[in-house]
Formats: sequence, structure tokens, C-alpha cells
Amino acid sequence: MNKLGYSILYVCLGLVAVFQIFPLIWLVIFSLKDSREIFASPPLSLPEELKWENYVKVWQGDIAVYFFNSVWYTLVAIILTVILASMATFAITRMKWKLSSFVLGLFMVGLMIPIHSSLIPLFKMFLTVDLIDNPLSIIITYTAYNLPITMMILLGFYYTLPKEIEEAAIIDGCSINRLFFRIILPMTVPVMSTTVIINMIYNWNEFVFVNTFISSDKYKTLTVGIQNFIGQYMTDWGAIGATLVISILPILIAFLFFSNKIVEGISASAVKG
Amino acid sequence: MNKVMSNKLMIALYTLPALILIGILIYIPLGLTGYYGLMKWDGIGAMEFIGLENYITALQDTKFWESAYHSFLLAIFSALSLIIYLIISLILASKIKGADLLRKIYLIPMLLSSVAIAQLWIKVYNPANGILNSILGFFGVDNPPVWLGDPKVVLFAIFVPILWQYAGFYILIYYAALKNIPDSLVEAAKIDGASAFQIAYKIKAPLIMGVIKVTIVLAIVGSLKYFDLIYVMTGGGPSGASEVMASYMYKLAFATYDFGYGSAIGFLLLIITLIVTVFIRKLTASDEEVQY
Repeated sequence: MNKLGYSILYVCLGLVAVFQIFPLIWLVIFSLKDSREIFASPPLSLPEELKWENYVKVWQGDIAVYFFNSVWYTLVAIILTVILASMATFAITRMKWKLSSFVLGLFMVGLMIPIHSSLIPLFKMFLTVDLIDNPLSIIITYTAYNLPITMMILLGFYYTLPKEIEEAAIIDGCSINRLFFRIILPMTVPVMSTTVIINMIYNWNEFVFVNTFISSDKYKTLTVGIQNFIGQYMTDWGAIGATLVISILPILIAFLFFSNKIVEGISASAVKG
Repeated sequence: MNKVMSNKLMIALYTLPALILIGILIYIPLGLTGYYGLMKWDGIGAMEFIGLENYITALQDTKFWESAYHSFLLAIFSALSLIIYLIISLILASKIKGADLLRKIYLIPMLLSSVAIAQLWIKVYNPANGILNSILGFFGVDNPPVWLGDPKVVLFAIFVPILWQYAGFYILIYYAALKNIPDSLVEAAKIDGASAFQIAYKIKAPLIMGVIKVTIVLAIVGSLKYFDLIYVMTGGGPSGASEVMASYMYKLAFATYDFGYGSAIGFLLLIITLIVTVFIRKLTASDEEVQY
């Protein structure tokens, strides 16, 4: 291709990149302005001076509570999901039993379920066992609903593990638990880290379950919390901007460090559907 | 060896915790949704069995059909947008410098929550101070529509953030598939005098048809389940112009406390999603899968 052709291509690709990234840059810009400046100067102008106060102000509100709730729900659910998924995937792919492919099917069908179709019964169930407005309801739902996709990502890796490892271990008198926790699990660290990242993105951004099952402010997560918060600060765009930036920062930082893992996980999860 | 690896107790110990979780939290609720759909129920009081009444009401409910229509419109938009994503991926995969970096930049919106995206785009569309109208103003458009307040444009306005959010995802999938095509095929075509366009259209796209079909299913089925973004951006408004199936169900149950009817709609959503999935799979399945 000639030079002109290439330049046109790059301009097009560049425009797409601008479209993808520009709203976020604009968000950061208005999060550093005060209301007067936001409404008096053109939307695209840079802040006269950086108003970090916006961040201080929102952090001193409930955002810090929401933030730490998001952190711990996300973490606990990830640990549960990855361990349970690894154990089930190990039993399905490495152990010998008749129903293994049927059980695998049960998990994989879970990938197709629209969560809204199960929301009302879940609500009723949690109401019955008194788990409404209890973080436990959130953590177990996150775990259950992320199991299928997590196993889907793990499967391919488990299938490729060489048989000889198990044979050698068992001949040496190794128990299943020891084989799994001491030998197999450590070998799956690369694919496990991919599932951790994917789970992190899902849990951190989840909205419907928290919005439905949690009512007290002290248990809300960022995605739901920022909704109320933004309601309070209707016209204070600086505060709203700062809130949104805080809510997306952890994922962006993770992306900066683990973009390859994220890309891997997202491509693996694409096969679902 | 075989004895150890087929130890029933260990198998149960390893699979049951996960199975019990999905059983209780995914499969039982799905069945219950269909069952609650047969009830008149406000969510708190006693349930009263009314047979298929809710389902019959739903089939005659214009609001339900409108929301289904909006869901399908979004599904069609999403499927069509795949063409743009495919073109971008074809360009990116043609040994262009910086492709990796661009692909990662495109992916960033995909990582954000729909709630944050919704809030950000509410600001983008803001008539007084949003960037969209000030950019349009710069190009001399004086009377832009009230994007989220105009029933005629609201669905398109909602579709743009969707396009924005998922672009990187589909580009990533296509790009990965295109990278798997052996160079030799493309080289051979070049020697035969094929243009870049012909190579893309006649060789590369057909070779990744399997992946394209998967993305069609993903885009369409995904659109039927849209909720967060619409719930936050418009709440289904103005006057129901952006209501989709999931938001209608949610409103019935958790805003008007009509849990029986909401369940019926939820069950219909499940049935429609499953039918559409199977239907598109059948439609896009071909016996001649490409081999290379």
C-alpha cells in the first residue's frame, strides 16, 4: 500500500481511538474543575487550576464506605469462585466418572442465563432466610454467577496438563487433596490469574444484585452508591466527576499492569454465549 | 491409579460445593420464576394461584411488546455494528504498526461499569454543558435534539454508549482470530494479484466465519439482556421510549410490587433469550466449517 493509503488508515484508526478515550479524558478534566468554571467556561477547556478539593470532598462522604465494600465483596467472591471453580474443573477434567460431562454441561448452560430471570426468586429466597441487606447474599450470588465463566476459562488449561504428573504423584502415594492443592493448583497460576482479573472486573462493576438485595448505605458498593451520591450532587459536576473517576480507577490501574491477562481473559470469555 | 482418580467421595467433595451453589442460586430460581408467574403476588403477602393469567396479560400488554421491540432494535443495531468492528480489526491485523496499543486503547471502555458509563454519557448528552452539543455547536449545528429527552432519538442515543463500551471487545475477538490465519494463505493471494480489499473480503473474513457467528450470537443475546445502562440513563423513559424487557420486568417487580406479573415477564425473557440463541445458532451453523 502507498503512503497516502496508510495515512488515511491511521487517521481512521486514530479517530476511533479518540472516540474511545475522549469521554474519559473529558471526565477527568471536569472532575478537576469547580461548578462555576464548569458552567461558565467551554466544556472542552482545561481547568484553570486543579481542584483536588472535589476528590477530598467526595472521599469524606460515603464514597469511602462504598469503596471498601466493593473491595472486600470483590475479594472474597474472587477467592471463593476461583477455588470452587478450580476444584470442580479438576474433578471434571482430571478424574474419572460417568457423569462428568453432564455436570460440565450444567455449569456451561449457566453461561446463557439472563440474570434478570432469576432476580425475583433470589430476592424472595434471601428474604426468607433473612439475607436481604446482608453482604453474604451479594458474595454468594457473585460466586455462583461467576462460576460458569471461570470454569470455562480454566477448562482448556486443565485439559492440557500432562497425565504423567498425576500418575507419578499417585504412584508415590500422594492423596487427591495433596495432588490437587500442592501440585496441580500451583501449576495453574497463569490461567488462575486470568480468571482473577475477569472476576475482578465483573464483581467490581456489578449493579443489579446490589441494587436489589442491599438497602442500607453501609453495605452498598460503589456502582450502586454512586447512583445515590450523584442524586445528592445534581449540579456539582466536579463532585460527580471525582466520584466516577474514583470508581473506575482501580480497574484502570489493574489494566495498566495486567493488560495482557485482561485481554486473554476477555478473549476466553468470548467463547461463551 | 484409576482407583484413586475415580474415588467417588473425592469427586463429590470437589464438585458438590460449586454444584450446590449454582443449583440453589441459578437453577432453582429459574424454575421458580416460571412458577411465580402463575401467581398474583405483591412480594410480601400470600401468593394466590391464578393460572396462566399473567402470561396471557403479558401477551396482550402493549408495554411488554414495546419493550421487546426496543430490545430487538438494540439487538439489530448491535449485530450491524459488528461490521464496523470487523473492518477495524481487518485493518489492525494487516501488519500495521501500533496495532497492539490501539487495540488496548479501544478496550478501555469495556472495563468500566455500565453505571459509570451511563453517568458519563448523561453528561456527554447534557443539553447545556455536554461535550456533544458543544462539538456540534462548533460545526454550526444550532438546534441539536434533546438526546435523552426525545422519544424519537433516545434509543439511538443509548446505543452510542453501547457501541462505545463493546467496540474493544469485538475488535479484540476478531483481531485474535485474524492473527491465527496463516501468512502463507495471504501471501499466495497476493502473488495471484489480489488487492488488499479482495484479501480481506474473500479470504480473511470467510476464514474467521466461525468466530463471526459466535459474535453475532453474543451481540444479539447480550442486547436482549441490557439493563444497567438504560436503567441509569433514562429509566426506560421518556414515556417508555427506551424501555427494554429487563427494565420493564424490574420496574414491575421492584417499583410497582407486582411480583407475579414481573416473574411472568422474567420467564418470558428467559424463554425468548433461549429461543433466540438456539435460532441464531441454527441459522448461522453451517456444515462446511472452514479448515486451515
